[in-house]
Amino acid sequence: MSENAEDKAEGKAVSIPAQADGAEPGTTTDATAGETAGATLTKDAAPGEILLKVTGLQKHFPIRKGLLQRQTGAVRAVDGIDFEVRSGETLGVVGESGCGKSTMGRLITRLLEPTAGTVEFEGKDITHLGVGGMRPLRRDVQMIFQDPYSSLNPRHTIGTIVGAPFRLQKVTPEGGIKKEVQRLLSVVGLNPEHYNRYPHEFSGGQRQRIGIARALALNPKLVVADEPVSALDVSIQAQVVNLLDDLQQELGLTYVIIAHDLSVVRHVSDRIAVMYLGKIVELADRDALYKAPMHPYTKALMSAVPIPDPKRRSAKSERILLRGDVPSPISPPSGCRFHTRCWKATEICKTTEPPLLELKPGQRVACHHPENFEDQAPQDTVLLSAAKDAGELVPDAVLAESAETSEALAAEVAEAAEAAGEAEVAEEGAEKSNSDDK
Amino acid sequence: MTAPLHDTTAEAAPTAPADPAETGATKVEGRSLKQIAWNRLKQDKVALAGGAFVLFLTLVAVFAPLIVGLLGHPPNQFNQDKLDPLTNLPQGAWGGVSSDFLFGVEPNKGRDVFSRIVYGARISLLVAFLAAVVAVALGTLFGIIAGYFGGWIDALISRTMDVLLSFPQLLFIISLVSVLPDDLLGLTGSGVRIGVLVLVIGFFGWPYVGRIVRGQTLSLREREYVEAARSLGGGRRHILFRELLPNLVAPILVYATLMIPTNILTEAALSFLGAGVRPPTASWGGMLRDALETYEHDPMFMVFPGATIFVTVLAFNLFGDGLRDALDPKGAR
Repeated sequence: MSENAEDKAEGKAVSIPAQADGAEPGTTTDATAGETAGATLTKDAAPGEILLKVTGLQKHFPIRKGLLQRQTGAVRAVDGIDFEVRSGETLGVVGESGCGKSTMGRLITRLLEPTAGTVEFEGKDITHLGVGGMRPLRRDVQMIFQDPYSSLNPRHTIGTIVGAPFRLQKVTPEGGIKKEVQRLLSVVGLNPEHYNRYPHEFSGGQRQRIGIARALALNPKLVVADEPVSALDVSIQAQVVNLLDDLQQELGLTYVIIAHDLSVVRHVSDRIAVMYLGKIVELADRDALYKAPMHPYTKALMSAVPIPDPKRRSAKSERILLRGDVPSPISPPSGCRFHTRCWKATEICKTTEPPLLELKPGQRVACHHPENFEDQAPQDTVLLSAAKDAGELVPDAVLAESAETSEALAAEVAEAAEAAGEAEVAEEGAEKSNSDDK
Repeated sequence: MTAPLHDTTAEAAPTAPADPAETGATKVEGRSLKQIAWNRLKQDKVALAGGAFVLFLTLVAVFAPLIVGLLGHPPNQFNQDKLDPLTNLPQGAWGGVSSDFLFGVEPNKGRDVFSRIVYGARISLLVAFLAAVVAVALGTLFGIIAGYFGGWIDALISRTMDVLLSFPQLLFIISLVSVLPDDLLGLTGSGVRIGVLVLVIGFFGWPYVGRIVRGQTLSLREREYVEAARSLGGGRRHILFRELLPNLVAPILVYATLMIPTNILTEAALSFLGAGVRPPTASWGGMLRDALETYEHDPMFMVFPGATIFVTVLAFNLFGDGLRDALDPKGAR
């Protein structure tokens, strides 16, 4: 039942950009090209070229019980996501604990086998490649791990750890492995003389640098960083984040950075995907997302970021508190997965899953009643009782503002659709909502 | 004792001449896990004493002919002149202990007890050590496979271990030895018996090692460095033997050290029961059995081999405990 709905949703999501292209080819392509160029201006890699493409990706972990190990259910860690990563950009992935971010990272590096969907790297389908088939691709796709204390083998020296990629891939760099490893150590800001040290002799930040050196050893195209700084002190976080940034500029790397820290993601990302319960609910350019989040969940997440300004104490009241916990991924809610905690949820949210649509150029959202944009299901106005409860936790100011912008936008969109192209509208909309924010 | 530490820092220093500021730091740290464990072991005097005795006994076993040549008489030489012709008991106090016969002489036969204990150490240590090697090899292999692959492989290996652990191994060995021919696979005499003892004791010992290795592997395989190795294209063999095995060395080493005394006791028990090496080859258990006939009149003949077994087992256990504490300081004490 729900799978059918997903199939439909995927179908739509894929077809929508194509339609947009067909309707107004000039404007749309120009807009996208402009954005990507802006985002990747400093990188050497060919901008805009799609490096990684993920379609309908799913990972269900079976739950087995009893003597016969019968499957009694599945944890739907990742449940149908589509996105693409362009060469040279940084895609940030955010979401609560347990929303499937890390599983997604392990799927695209093929440490896990997807249950369904496809992963394409440089146009090559790598979804079901075995260990041997993946080996050559391991050079191009690398991973930085979350816990610097468990990601380095305590019995190996730093030289062995950073040199492992060369040995495993049977590559001999110029001047030998040792020289190359020492070069890599100095690239990530470590003393090359520490070649023979063991991991326990280093601090967390240094260990994470070792992990980065290992990931960079084979000069990969795509680096997936799974919570690269969450295990580090805040002061060290900045160092590591800046190191990642510098390396990207020098080496033209493409990053997928998984994190739950919104300020880190904001600092490093060009585009951001927001995940909730195994789904991408919003995928947008960084600035658009932070200025005008469209999904209520994104808005709630953003409002939770503390503002480091004591004068803005009143800002506290604008924080949106979400009621309850994230529902279990074993039996996710029907329709929109966020409807159990959303203050805007109506009947349609309960029954129909919203597809991930590109409502504004460069901003895709899966919501029937998006913020800062015209309502996708205006006929459905009766709030669910859960939504009313949830609404009690949402400050009135936020609700009023949201209603205002939605109306204003709806009117504008109606006018603008006749007068000008979609891109301009989006810009105006963004500005408008921006001024409303202030 | 501190010499090795200074040596390594002295070696490390010339490799880092470029940065004089760093060499100061190198002296402070730059210790491998082995060195840290060794430093901890050095603090444990009891374990060191145990280790020293183990080393001493090993040297005694290796240089048995030399030692017996210097301090004793050939182990199978009958010294009837040292026995009381009436009772066939050793002449003199304490079972005939003298400067000539350090541990006295055997009743009835008059053989040199010291020489027989020295030669018995060869059998005991050889059987115990080789059986431990067999057990560790099998246990590590099956344990790591069961732990890493899980599923039906794990179920099969784990159930096999359960079966072997509930097997009455002593009875099995006794009946096996009585059935086996004297010549087997080109081995003759006590060689056959030693081979059988090693294989059987080792075979019944591997489930103990296997369980420990399996449990450790289960926890280690979830570490991120295993995933990191996979993300670099490392195959199963690389992960099992390059990533996981080095982390299993410490528990395996400790368990092997604690297994040797158990094997010594098993070998002694089997010799005592007549299923061990055959007379006249000297063995500690066999001497105890011989002493059983005359212990009322000559208790010293029972005391010497008994005390040797006791001290040896104690030394191995103390050393093993110390080694465990040194290698795994977090472990429960």
